[in-house]
Amino acid sequence: MMQKEVPLVHTPVDHVSETDGKNAGYAVCLPADIDTDVVIAGRYLRTKDRSIWGTHVFEDLDPGIARRLRGSVIVAGKNFGCGSSREQAAIAIKEAGVVAVVAPSFARIFFRNAINIGLPLIECDLSCVEGSTVIFNLSEGWLECAGKRHKIRPLSPRMQEILASGGLVEYWRDHK
Amino acid sequence: MSTLSERILGAPAGDYVDRTVDRAYAHDGTGVLALEAWKCMGSDRLSDKTEFSLLFDHIVPANNGTTATLQHELREFAKSSFMHFSDIGCGICHQLMSEGVVLPGEIIVGADSHSVTLGAFGAFATGVGATDMAAIWLTGETWFRVPESVGIRVTGSFSGAAEAKDLALTYVGKLGTDGATYQALEFIGDGMKHLSMDERLVLSNLSVEAGAKAGLCYADEVTVRYLKERGHMAKPQVPEPCTYVQELEFDLSDIVPLVAVPHRVDTVRPVQDLAGLPIDQVFVGTCTNGRYSDLARFARVVKGKKVAVRTIVIPASAEVLQKTIRTGVLSDIIEAGCTIGTPGCGPCIGYHMGVLGEGEVCLSTANRNFKNRMGVGGEIYLSSVATAAASALSGEITAPEVA
Repeated sequence: MMQKEVPLVHTPVDHVSETDGKNAGYAVCLPADIDTDVVIAGRYLRTKDRSIWGTHVFEDLDPGIARRLRGSVIVAGKNFGCGSSREQAAIAIKEAGVVAVVAPSFARIFFRNAINIGLPLIECDLSCVEGSTVIFNLSEGWLECAGKRHKIRPLSPRMQEILASGGLVEYWRDHK
Repeated sequence: MSTLSERILGAPAGDYVDRTVDRAYAHDGTGVLALEAWKCMGSDRLSDKTEFSLLFDHIVPANNGTTATLQHELREFAKSSFMHFSDIGCGICHQLMSEGVVLPGEIIVGADSHSVTLGAFGAFATGVGATDMAAIWLTGETWFRVPESVGIRVTGSFSGAAEAKDLALTYVGKLGTDGATYQALEFIGDGMKHLSMDERLVLSNLSVEAGAKAGLCYADEVTVRYLKERGHMAKPQVPEPCTYVQELEFDLSDIVPLVAVPHRVDTVRPVQDLAGLPIDQVFVGTCTNGRYSDLARFARVVKGKKVAVRTIVIPASAEVLQKTIRTGVLSDIIEAGCTIGTPGCGPCIGYHMGVLGEGEVCLSTANRNFKNRMGVGGEIYLSSVATAAASALSGEITAPEVA
């Protein structure tokens, strides 16, 4: 699963603001096998108020983490999002202001859910340095972190289309 | 020469395909966001390609006004869209779909991760989230990546006190929680013919705990007989030689009772290693182990005795509940001091009932022991029904006796 490192061709952009925040963020490191109960606990699911999920995201892991996530890129270990099908997990991460999630692998329902709500997921095995800048370009298939450029595993063409639409709701509104 | 997943999806592993979904279902949990997404998609008519169901099981009956209002909206939607609907108390969605609805060879999508349960019928059954479900309501189709398959070869027959749940915990322990991510499991081998539909449903149910997108059993005489009793004429599926990315073999006579310890399903230990660990609550039920055979097995152990800790028993469906009434199993369970809940998911998801207090320990027959799942600070151990019954009587984790 290790991604081969590709030598740098371009000088990396060294500040998030230069990329308009859309394709970059500060790394927040998380361990492997983060399950969806940890992303958003069952006790917060009975609502349609999305802001509640953003406020309580990862609460059982670290009660203060939600306030640090705006503008971040989560860099996690393998099997991120395992467990239940609750789409609130992906929504909670997006609501908290996370730009993208990077992990060597994702649980498959979480993978679909995240793309379906317009949260970019990047399959890449990074050693995470808390607070370092992560820059990525999905269409060109690369990610830069700590001065190193990594190739990323591309999404399937359908998933790319869904993400480019902004999510599955928007995709089907466009395709009707 | 194809795996069962390749045969049903009609393409080789690794291909991306769009397929009509035969049956799609959601519950009161995932239905809420599916309805929100559906409204935003701007259609008012369900696709006519698919049989759609909405089944209430997660918080039944509603625990407060917010839940009741969300359920009211879903109930009205089910009525106005002419979707099959089963209200509170009918049972767990996967269980109801297994009571003579799903047939071999079908493509089944449920908005719940444990939709893989229905692979026990030789159907390709997988879970999705809410927005994917809304798109299926709209189009009757979805996309799949045809999975590679892991062969789980089962030989021999159970001896001793082990049951299907112990085999399931054994293979999850071996594969790990992501051992089959993006892949399907296929349960094969001579030993499968000794396993009832109830036991196969347990094996398929746990496949998502190894990350699998489906867990399939080939339909055979056992499947055909089960479906015939429910008014369907089904045909067996004959396995073809095919390529598995990995094959694991288990002799049923080697399987021993296991417990999955907090907070991972793949950290399994022989029950003897944990013997004597005090518990505060026992929970018997869920889409894993809430079927009639499970409750009857539990009753055989506790009949005429008294449980030593609070014990919650929840039948997986109204049909299961009725059968336990007819046969006296329910009475045996209540006389032993257990309490009974409305057919549904019960405390498994920690939303509304049977929640654990800080530092409390529950031995559960469910399929997940994630941190805080049944209540903040509570610890969940997972076991078979026989282990749960023996432990309920002693008040500590106890190895089951040979039946």
